[in-house]
Amino acid sequence: MSEVLLDVSDLRVGFDVYGGTLKVLNGLNFYLEEGEKVGLVGETGCGKTTTAKTILRILPQPPARIAGGTILFQNKNILGMNSREIRAVHAHGISMIFQDPTASLNPVFTIGDQLMAAIKYSSLEDGLSRREIRGRALQSLRDVALPDPERILNNYPIQLSGGMRQRICIAMALATNSQLMIADEPTTSLDVTIQDQVLRLLGRLVLEKDTSTILITHSLGIVREWTQRVYVMYAGNMMETAPTEVLFRKPLHPYTQGLMKAVPKLTGEGIAKGIGGRIPNYLDPPPGCRFHPRCAHRMPICSQQRPPYFEAGQMHQVACFLYKEHS
Amino acid sequence: MGNPIMTAKELKKYFHTRAGTVRAADGVSFSIRENETLGLVGESGSGKSTVAYTIMGIYRATSGALLFRNLDITTGSSSRSKKLKKDIQIVFQDPGSSLNPRQSIRQILELPLKVHRIVDRAGMEEKVLKLLEMVELPAEYLHKYPRSIGGGERQMVAIARALATDPSFIVLDEPTSALDVSVQAKIINLLIQLQDELKLTYLFITHDLSLMRNMASRVAIMYLGRICEVAPTVEFFRNPLHPYTKMLLSSIPVVSKEEEELKPKKITSQGEIPSPVNVPPGCSFHLRCPERMDICSQVMPKIVSMKKDHEVSCHLYT
Amino acid sequence: MGIAGNRAVLFDKIKRAWYKFSKNPLSIVGGAIVFVVVFLAVFAPFVAPYPQHAGSFVNFSEASQPPSLRYLCGTDAFGRDILSRIFFGFRLSLIMGVVVISLTAPAGVTLGLVAGYMKGSWVETIIMRITDIFVAVPPLVLALAVCSILQPNIFNAMMAVSLMWWPWYCRMVFGIASSIRNEFYVQAAEITGAGKMHIIFKEMLPNCFGPIFTKVSLDMGWVILIGSALSFVGLGAQPPTPDLGTMVADGGKYMPDQWWIAVFPAFAIMLVVFGFNILGDGIRDMLEVEDV
Repeated sequence: MSEVLLDVSDLRVGFDVYGGTLKVLNGLNFYLEEGEKVGLVGETGCGKTTTAKTILRILPQPPARIAGGTILFQNKNILGMNSREIRAVHAHGISMIFQDPTASLNPVFTIGDQLMAAIKYSSLEDGLSRREIRGRALQSLRDVALPDPERILNNYPIQLSGGMRQRICIAMALATNSQLMIADEPTTSLDVTIQDQVLRLLGRLVLEKDTSTILITHSLGIVREWTQRVYVMYAGNMMETAPTEVLFRKPLHPYTQGLMKAVPKLTGEGIAKGIGGRIPNYLDPPPGCRFHPRCAHRMPICSQQRPPYFEAGQMHQVACFLYKEHS
Repeated sequence: MGNPIMTAKELKKYFHTRAGTVRAADGVSFSIRENETLGLVGESGSGKSTVAYTIMGIYRATSGALLFRNLDITTGSSSRSKKLKKDIQIVFQDPGSSLNPRQSIRQILELPLKVHRIVDRAGMEEKVLKLLEMVELPAEYLHKYPRSIGGGERQMVAIARALATDPSFIVLDEPTSALDVSVQAKIINLLIQLQDELKLTYLFITHDLSLMRNMASRVAIMYLGRICEVAPTVEFFRNPLHPYTKMLLSSIPVVSKEEEELKPKKITSQGEIPSPVNVPPGCSFHLRCPERMDICSQVMPKIVSMKKDHEVSCHLYT
Repeated sequence: MGIAGNRAVLFDKIKRAWYKFSKNPLSIVGGAIVFVVVFLAVFAPFVAPYPQHAGSFVNFSEASQPPSLRYLCGTDAFGRDILSRIFFGFRLSLIMGVVVISLTAPAGVTLGLVAGYMKGSWVETIIMRITDIFVAVPPLVLALAVCSILQPNIFNAMMAVSLMWWPWYCRMVFGIASSIRNEFYVQAAEITGAGKMHIIFKEMLPNCFGPIFTKVSLDMGWVILIGSALSFVGLGAQPPTPDLGTMVADGGKYMPDQWWIAVFPAFAIMLVVFGFNILGDGIRDMLEVEDV
């Protein structure tokens, strides 16, 4: 049993907008152990990026408002840290890969400038010479299988393709040797064959450096191939969590089942109807289970109480009253 | 499935830039029959969007033939008749930028009606409401702006706009790539339903092969401006011939064991996708091809017709 | 849906606009200042304590009085109440701003839109090169040159300022227009067959409103300032017309003993310009297209 590296507990985050507060995160609970590869699956608007940004404390407040909960990273609450401690966490503790590599790289600096800056500011040793930093930068570029690293150090982001830019972002995230890496849709903007390459590369590097990873995505296929454990998120809550293989063999939550059915299959069985309704209006979210208005199996209790996690097998938890008796 | 409604023969579109000539479309030939869905699959630089925009008249073809109902449409949209413009419509990929953020849904939908004088001023509201109904959006949406509705709903507005002129041919350029899977399901079902009711023909462009498997009647794969392989859907997936096709198919993430078994053996894609400015000589795929032979770097392979209406452009089969 | 629905939608739009505008309290201050100035200008004959002092009026027995309860800003060398003349001076300033902007903004915006839409063609080249020429001339110098050739009066001052004002609108809108020229929604309109007029004015122009109206508000301040500068050197309004710039110029002779003759009009100029500037910020906030 490894140590718990990250423990998010009852996290509540809202945004102040015209008309009131968007109550996005509604008491979010999840955790990550050292060395794990955990997937966070959810559709647009469910709050996954908000979660990532809250963990990193890069959410601008206002308009955001952290209304409650704790985020324990190595047993220290991130939400209670001052700016010096947060900077230390950014430097050595947690790194992040964003969805759009073009937006993550500064267009007016060379790759070398940015990569070496990342290495310099995150190294635990003082006084790394410029040559040493450059050496590490070149090595990290080789680690992500980029051809001709010397030339790339002098290139500007605009001279490189999307796949190469994303690999550089990965190199920057890994060069800091952080314990936890959060990858927010790292391959969504990439072509399928490059996506495959990048994910395999990421997998190998994460294994080598023993980095714990949270992979955030809306693609079930990627989660299935890449993670050990999965959380399914909807409207600011986790609906279901299980080891990956278990989740795909036997999805229990009606939302998870709906998602699995909606994915077009290579077996050619046609396209399912999708899930009726829309994501809730966060200004006035539905009471109880936030999925209940769209759920074919809803019961009266679903609109009254928010379901806690119920056990449904080994490490398989479902936040749904349908499974109350099982546990 | 009827007669061919759109045919292309050796269609070429080159862009001349300071960096060199971009051969976006380099001799593309296909034919689409009435009421069918041709799926066009490709990655960046494949030229699929170029083909789409040439069909729409946004680009003028450099050379080659493009016929719609036996009418030559290689000229740009400025020289097309109004009737032709009504008949061919497009749904763009990014719903965020294909709808004017400063216009209400009503204004967006009224534009094609006004331009083509489809209804007079009195009948405008009724027609716009009917369009919303066709895509299953509520009437209140008339007054909303694109920024206050979700991506899927914006795409439905884009579809409604395309339907406003009662077209017979619709180009769908990655209409669901930016959308979630459950929203995608809704839109695809809507598109299939509309195709049935209104006897539409679709050119469906996407990089999502699993979607193609369930949506297209025939599938064509493009790489660096040329078509590698075309076949009816079932045959295409059961018996992929071109190495690039096999590479694509083996890279798609799937959600079940049954699908895993259907995928060809894992072909690791190596190397970068070359840019269409530097198209390699011979077969444009040979630099990344695990089965390359000497001839592949010298001679461009011709298109060969295999059985079951299956065409492939690869030296392995000539 | 009908009229009731349309009205509800309009109310909602107004409420939202106010929410965005009022997020920064300074914007409300700016709006209040502008409102007061406009009110004073419009109703000057009724709210000024001594409206007759705005014309040719002399009363040497009350000349050069310091500020008092009777003359809140004191009197000038001719015995005229400075506060009342300031109110009437606002009229001139505002008129100048409105006239100049009404001439230059539509012209500059239209040219910028056309140049942006036809980017890469000879039309764009001609428009933008002419713009470049006008931009290269220092504005005040151009205005001075024009004014010294023609008769010095307020009308000619307005023409002179207009001449060097339109290129800035043209440039700003050209920048926006050429960047949205190739957006999908413009192409969608073209494919549908919409005419050039529609695309330029109905598709592209609305996306430029934010910067345009912000600039209009900031420009009011600038035009007033430049107009005052022209009057200050004697090329604008002629005596006895009450004009803030002229008043500052005249009052300069009496500094520092009778300081109120120059200081109050100068302060009035500052207040007006400040008000429009802050209001401009608020307008920019209000017209921002937000992403929900």
